[in-house]
Amino acid sequence: MARFQIFVTYKKGIFDPPGATAERALQSIGYGEVSSVKIGKYIQLEVADGTPESRVREMCDKLLANPVIEDYRIETVEGA
Amino acid sequence: MRFGVVSFPGSNCEQDPIHAARLLGHEADFVWHGDTDLSGFDAIVLPGGFSYGDYIRCGAVARFSPVMAEVVRFAERGGPVIGICNGFQILCEAHMLPGALLRNRGLKFLCRSVALRVEESACQWLELAPGTVVNVPISHNEGNYICDADTLERLNGNGQVVLRYCEADGTSAAEGSAPNGALDDIAGICNERGNVFGLMPHPERVVDPVCGLTDGTAFFTAIARRLAEVG
Repeated sequence: MARFQIFVTYKKGIFDPPGATAERALQSIGYGEVSSVKIGKYIQLEVADGTPESRVREMCDKLLANPVIEDYRIETVEGA
Repeated sequence: MRFGVVSFPGSNCEQDPIHAARLLGHEADFVWHGDTDLSGFDAIVLPGGFSYGDYIRCGAVARFSPVMAEVVRFAERGGPVIGICNGFQILCEAHMLPGALLRNRGLKFLCRSVALRVEESACQWLELAPGTVVNVPISHNEGNYICDADTLERLNGNGQVVLRYCEADGTSAAEGSAPNGALDDIAGICNERGNVFGLMPHPERVVDPVCGLTDGTAFFTAIARRLAEVG
């Protein structure tokens, strides 16, 4: 079994309402040093051994992320 | 004239377009999301709700329902398709319409009547004069329409913006009139051909006079008349 981690975030310039709200909330409870909060998704994926990253990329493009509004980053989990 | 209203797991507004269409003297029946035969239907409605629990993104899973491949073919043949609320989100996820729907700017689920201005567009579903203001309810958490600058230019240039959120008198507020933060106040768009129409507001909820308003009627009568003319 192989493991991948996928991080999905909004593209630059796409407004992230939950992130903006968390940013304001942190500032309002005394964390004035906060200048930006972005909230995205973290996905753990388990696939058959030998599954190439290109397949995972395909899964992201088709379903896990929406290329219109989101970017994603795939990381291989070593020693899985 | 027979409307087909697709039921996805988690749809919850599929009764309303059926009721609206029948009230206006048309036939209307449900289409199961697992069905792959749309023969016998003249127009397809993708209703509102929370298909597949809105998991991953609203409409992201419904797009892969067996029925959707047939809906794509139906639209490619020129068949009229309307996506209301979650149906609009599904049309965007399926790339049948450009752009995407983000979380409402204020993070609140919005459920109230809004004023919409009809724009001059290629939309086959609506024949109201440009500038007409209709009052139709919205009921959504992710109605904040977004697309890139090139797409927006194309939408405006091709007459693909069908409806904009506006003030009660039909004007646009300087800070924007969209309660959800939608780009350029966009409430509904169509494809270039005008047969595929997606909108966040719910016209099917304001057809029966018992609901108080009947501004939604025009959204069903125009397409019926057009289809009757084509034969």
